Amino acid sequence: MADIRVMREHLLPPPPPARRHLLSVRDLSRADVERLLATAGSFAQSLEREVKKLPTLRGRTVVTLFYESSTRTSSSFELAAKRLSADTMSVKATGSAVDKGESLRDTALTLAAYDPDVIVIRHPQIGAPQVVAQATRASVVNAGDGTHQHPTQALLDLYTMQRALGRLEGLHVAIVGDVLHSRVARSLIQALALVGARTTLVGPPTLLPDGIEALGCELTSEIDAIAAADVVYVLRMQRERMAEGAAYVPSLREYSARWGITPERLRPAQVLMHPGPMNRGVELDPRAADDPRSLIGEQVRSGLVVRMAVLYDLLTTGPAPVPAAVAEEVA
Amino acid sequence: MLVSNSRRRENVIIRGARVLDPTAGVDEVLDVRVDGGVVSALGHDLDTNEHHVLEGAGRVLAPAFVDPHVHLRTPGREDEETLATGTAAAAAGGYCAILAMPNTDPVVDSAAVLRALIEQARTDAVVPVGFLAAISKGQEGAQLTEMAELADAGAVAFSDDGRPVASAGLLRRALRYVRVTGRKLALHCEEPTLADGGQMHEGRVSAELGFAGYPALAESVMVERDLALAAHERRPIHLLHLSAGASVEALRRWRALGIDATAEVTPHHLCLTDEAVRSLDPQLKMNPPLRGVADRIALIEALRDGTIGAIATDHAPHSREEKDVPFEAAPFGVTGLETAFAALYTNLVEPGLLSLETLLARMSDGPASAYGLEPPQIALGARANLVLLDTGATWRVEEGAFRSRSSNSWLLGQTLLGRVAATIADGRVVYEA
Repeated sequence: MADIRVMREHLLPPPPPARRHLLSVRDLSRADVERLLATAGSFAQSLEREVKKLPTLRGRTVVTLFYESSTRTSSSFELAAKRLSADTMSVKATGSAVDKGESLRDTALTLAAYDPDVIVIRHPQIGAPQVVAQATRASVVNAGDGTHQHPTQALLDLYTMQRALGRLEGLHVAIVGDVLHSRVARSLIQALALVGARTTLVGPPTLLPDGIEALGCELTSEIDAIAAADVVYVLRMQRERMAEGAAYVPSLREYSARWGITPERLRPAQVLMHPGPMNRGVELDPRAADDPRSLIGEQVRSGLVVRMAVLYDLLTTGPAPVPAAVAEEVA
Repeated sequence: MLVSNSRRRENVIIRGARVLDPTAGVDEVLDVRVDGGVVSALGHDLDTNEHHVLEGAGRVLAPAFVDPHVHLRTPGREDEETLATGTAAAAAGGYCAILAMPNTDPVVDSAAVLRALIEQARTDAVVPVGFLAAISKGQEGAQLTEMAELADAGAVAFSDDGRPVASAGLLRRALRYVRVTGRKLALHCEEPTLADGGQMHEGRVSAELGFAGYPALAESVMVERDLALAAHERRPIHLLHLSAGASVEALRRWRALGIDATAEVTPHHLCLTDEAVRSLDPQLKMNPPLRGVADRIALIEALRDGTIGAIATDHAPHSREEKDVPFEAAPFGVTGLETAFAALYTNLVEPGLLSLETLLARMSDGPASAYGLEPPQIALGARANLVLLDTGATWRVEEGAFRSRSSNSWLLGQTLLGRVAATIADGRVVYEA
């Protein structure tokens, strides 16, 4: 309880907002990542209390604007904002003026009329968060734009790894599957490089883009390469990639046989992660998903505190003052 | 083949400019007098008489520019550009002639559409304009247009620009048939299954940003195919907006074998690389896409050695609503008429990558020659097609200052060195800063 008192003193009251965005992991420094993870750690402690709500962002408004379906991301952002006492408003593409052909820019301008402090946007097209950032005065959080970036997913993955394995520096992570179409992979590769972890991408050659190694990772199509990793991170294999005419891989059957993750392919000391939603039986054997080595449930739990940390960080100026004691404990 | 308006030609004198005509080998401070639209005297201390005087001191007077690749969006998208605004933009950019591409709505694929455009140009065109007609009906790549009738009606050349002629068989027949017109085919080289869905150059940057890649290979394999077909049919071709080093390499190789192929390159491909796309600014989205550093260097070298003889803006106006969207949803294309010279002077001539003489030749003589038009020149008795350039002036590219109806420029907000001070096209002063 003593720790929490220290923390609450530091979290109150937030100074006036600096206009900052979280559009890409590329915008973050190592110090930013470490600060965000430490802040998330201190929020995790606060959530252990009976009354889970903090007054930190009282009077602030957080809008979520989702143009793609989402369970985890939209619900965790909304709950994160509520836990911090912010007012929330969620707008979905279906059932809104978007259905009537309103442009993204005009929708953003409409929402801007309510003076939101943060707009969290998910959109199927690369560059959509930039449009919102230009059209409004709100801080914009990219909750996934096309095949580009999903920075809060990468942060919650780092947080989960740090919690489970006690470190990030020097960790070896194998990311398996459709890297080409994965915003999760792009953000995670960059985030792992920032914190000094080693990344190996494993998948069919048609789903590993040329040039991605420049982000600081190795590429291989040999599934045996996962044996060397501490973390096996499995990407969702979208069925449409195997549709006739797309032909990134010949069939689901061949993909699963070659690159599907089974309990037998995991070493005893390894942990398994997946950003969800899973295709059980495609990229992941159902037994592996439910294996004790799986951190998939942890990832969902981490999503809440990490998104609380992101909102808190955006709405307070400069580096958030994280108590050294808490930071140490998290590290 | 070019359509001019019928306004009166003027009597002008340009005093004391550095007269620079690289093709004619002229580089001297002179007065140039124009009577009735024709260069009537070159010399020192010429009488001004009743002539309109343009002060040339400290400026360069060169043959005016020719843009072989402009989208005037008329008919169909007059909200984006009209013949009047597009040719006014050309005048402000130092151009004395432009060629308009046929991918309008409707497509210029029949003599009726072409004749209507020519009729309109006779009244609206600020500078002479020529029209290309489509190779295939509706640019759908299935059936040839009535090329003979289109040529008789005034088509300068034929192109399906905006999309490739995907069928090798159709292109081969087009090359054979176009012989009856004496015109050239201008080819947009893009292998559609390789470029499929590509948003930007395939490489390190696309891998990082997550964009579907449009590889250089999609252009270069088509360049190889089209050159092979042209060689087989022994017909000249013009290759539009080359962007890749491998395309340039292929062109150089086939030209060395004696193939009559010309090519053009845009200012944006000469000045930028795919690194610029990191900003996700839709004004950096064009087809072909901005490519890698090695490609950019190869393009500059090809421009220097003449493998690529022409600079073309590929001026592609888009309305604000169309471009104010996420990069991925934005249409391809940027404007260029009003900024081409300054962009190239600032990014190539000033840093020493290209001589001013070569730049002037590739913006004037090169494109005119590629289409068999009379090259602008500064000589006694020649029709006055002149551009007066202030190479010491800097200016800021402002959204509100374009004569074009659209402002989707990749240079918005940038400060450029080198400004067009005046343009004389077909014997008329069409622009004065």
